Amino acid sequence: MPTSLSRRSFLKSATATGAVFAIGIDPTGALAKAANAGGNITPFVKLDQDGTVTVIIKHFEGGQGTATGLSALIAEELNMSLQDITFETAPADNARYANLFFGSQGTGGSSSIANSFMQYRTAAAATREMLIASAAGAWGVDPTELTLRDRVISGAGRSEGIGAFVEAAAGREVPSDPRLKDPSEWTVIGVDQKARLDTPAKINGSAQYSMDIQLDNQMVVAIKRTPRLGGVVTSFDDTAARDIPGFIMAIQMPNNKGVMAYAETTWAAFQARDALEVTWGFSNAETRSSDELKADLFDMIRAEPEFQASEVDLATATTALDGAARIIEQEFYFPPLAHAPMEPLGATVEPTADGGVVLHDGAQSPAAGLAVMSQILELPEDKVQVNTLYAGGFFGRRSTPDADYLVELALAFVVTDRTRPVKLQWSREDDVTGGYYRPAYAHRIRAGLDAAGNIIGWDHRIAGQPIFKGTILEGFMVQNGVDNSSIEGARHNPYIFPAHHVGLTDQKGPTTPNWWRSVGHSHTAHAMECMMDLCARAADIDPVEFRLRHLSGDGADQSRMAGVIRLAAEKAGWGEALPEGHFHGFAAHKSFNTYVAEVCEVSADSAGTIKIEKVTAAVDCGIAVTPDVIRAQIEGGIGYGIGHAMRAELTLTEGTVDQSNFHDFETLRVYDLSNIETHIVPSTELPTGVGEPGTPPAAPALANAIVAAGQPLATELPMTHNGIAFL
Amino acid sequence: MTISLTVNDEDVSVTAPPDTPLLWVLRDELKLTGTKYGCGIAQCGACTVRLDGSAVRSCQVAIGDAEGASVVTIEAANDAEAQAVKQAWRELDVVQCGFCQSGQIMQAADLLAQHPRPSDDVIDTVMGGNACRCATYARIRAAIHRAADILEG
Ligand code: FES
Ligand code: FES
Repeated sequence: MPTSLSRRSFLKSATATGAVFAIGIDPTGALAKAANAGGNITPFVKLDQDGTVTVIIKHFEGGQGTATGLSALIAEELNMSLQDITFETAPADNARYANLFFGSQGTGGSSSIANSFMQYRTAAAATREMLIASAAGAWGVDPTELTLRDRVISGAGRSEGIGAFVEAAAGREVPSDPRLKDPSEWTVIGVDQKARLDTPAKINGSAQYSMDIQLDNQMVVAIKRTPRLGGVVTSFDDTAARDIPGFIMAIQMPNNKGVMAYAETTWAAFQARDALEVTWGFSNAETRSSDELKADLFDMIRAEPEFQASEVDLATATTALDGAARIIEQEFYFPPLAHAPMEPLGATVEPTADGGVVLHDGAQSPAAGLAVMSQILELPEDKVQVNTLYAGGFFGRRSTPDADYLVELALAFVVTDRTRPVKLQWSREDDVTGGYYRPAYAHRIRAGLDAAGNIIGWDHRIAGQPIFKGTILEGFMVQNGVDNSSIEGARHNPYIFPAHHVGLTDQKGPTTPNWWRSVGHSHTAHAMECMMDLCARAADIDPVEFRLRHLSGDGADQSRMAGVIRLAAEKAGWGEALPEGHFHGFAAHKSFNTYVAEVCEVSADSAGTIKIEKVTAAVDCGIAVTPDVIRAQIEGGIGYGIGHAMRAELTLTEGTVDQSNFHDFETLRVYDLSNIETHIVPSTELPTGVGEPGTPPAAPALANAIVAAGQPLATELPMTHNGIAFL
Repeated sequence: MTISLTVNDEDVSVTAPPDTPLLWVLRDELKLTGTKYGCGIAQCGACTVRLDGSAVRSCQVAIGDAEGASVVTIEAANDAEAQAVKQAWRELDVVQCGFCQSGQIMQAADLLAQHPRPSDDVIDTVMGGNACRCATYARIRAAIHRAADILEG
């Protein structure tokens, strides 16, 4: 059960049961223990005297399988079955649970397993050694005679459950350098089993999401938001809302971004919100429409780029292109997209008796929740506890640089007398129209081929709204004016092209740009991989062969990319005869240090209507810790990429978002795609992420298959804009 | 207005405006939070429950129209079909975030009650209204076929 374990409750439970023993790292990053309520550590694994092994999950579970993956690391070193592990989510504690890649506690960039791989195994290996040493001491035998398996220590003619040794182990020195099992000894890592730890709670209705918090006396808040992006409240009238049973009050947000309707129930809050009459000030609001914004992007990619985003400059690429036997040129457009996780956003603040609060949140970034609550509520951080719940999907949306919904929640609470819990609940309409999107981008690529069909020059221009620039994360992601999230995948790509230039122009966009599953790769892969097919066709070379030709050399990057390309092609039967009316398309892309190639098989009827028959994927993510979770993530990533590419877009009319819910922001359905096969490349490299890398190649593989079927290339997403019809 | 109905085999009476959707009565009044809100407009299926045996979108059922009805939610879905579906979901590890899955399971159980051996086409038609943003569709389809096997014994 993922009940939250705040630091305080960990200590409490430690006191209550006598001997709870936890191992993790201390503030210097060294392996350390905490026993019987002592110690200032970040626990990764906890033992109870009854022999229960609990893994402390420092990254939240939003469907990506982290709880299972991190537990597998612990189970491995303790020689126990994954099914016998219990897990809890970690308390919010920036210093203690810092994601090694971010420097603050959070989940993103497909990093959970990558950054925990050593930490969690080392903690469990130390635990194993301490338990064995304790048993050896008790039995007067040499530790080398004893083994730990399935929570029982045996050897020297004896055996006993680990619970008996928890107290003694807690008193021992933590080994500074415990022996990690050799990969040849692994019995959990890499084992192909279906054993997700979160499945049981998610099939019987007991899993607790943010939306499911039901506290005594809580008020539910729904926010009436500006119909036009950037508008502010000038006045409001709640006369009609007062007639809604359960309505409590309406208050203008301190930042004037909306009016908050408080009610006894969610339904009453939604109704009261809808009944509010608000007068908006639009003097600083967005006035542009999508067509204008899109035309603006196309002007940008046809002009000299604002920033040089590659080592190669434009002049060098231009010279190379001038010498090409032929030039292939193509423009692409990608619309704004909402993340639309299945669970609309929300969270709850609960006041505590000591004047503090508990934040109940499916927290992608517990550290952000901690900071927001402590600043807006003017509380010291130790008065803010974060209860991390399951998240009903996120795709990046539960974390934004401005912590949007958490700030709203804090404001909704701070204006009250702080006696009642306050639950903020977004509607789907809030989500779709809210303006936090993968922003729109346009691309233009000019590729030069020599007479033999090799790429000898590549001029890639991208225009769009930067995601990190101007945020607190700018320092990490922006160099020389180039926001890496706008061009990632276009610049550092395993393909080797001479004279490879990338230019970038920033648009001052109307929306709040946010990382969306696979971030920049969500558009760069489509442009790159459709272009590779265009070039291959122009050169009259098989698309797989064409890609491999541009991955020559001994670089690990090239050989791993080539590896997934070959595997996907082989497993899909690339180049072999397909049933009448069936066609294959190919795409491959590296993102988050994971390599994925996908073959999409479509069928077309006599009218050219397309049906996706199957996707075959190959992934190289280093050591596959939990293979079936990896497959599930690749399946989901493919669906996310294809689903949006088929039909989804957001458009604006004079600053107002035209779509509002799933009837017009269309989502993938079971009849669109339900046959996916994923193959994992065996590897001894350190594990890399899988939450996002399945997404980038999915849409271009489909686009290339549609071209093979004699239909147009999808250069403007969604594909329906290119005259492509789906069954 | 007070409405009497049966929820998960228990008699309950709720006092709520008659146009309140059953969804919010289940979640906010009866604290049965396994039934989810995803869209509120019959577009996602996350709120699916069985009402007098049929799968319905609880966001579209006004509580005033549910007088005397018998409602089963994910928390108590234990008939043969639901058990088979849950077992298949477990065996195939269908869930990701899980937020859509209560609705998927309730809809799939109803599907199997009506079509013990559903074809892919039937699955497409009946399950097409249940959205999964995590795109677990390949496993949902496979698990429905597996549940049909389990039911056949
Ligand atoms: S919430 Fe009822 S169908 Fe979406
Ligand atoms: S499992 Fe996440 S929406 Fe279906």
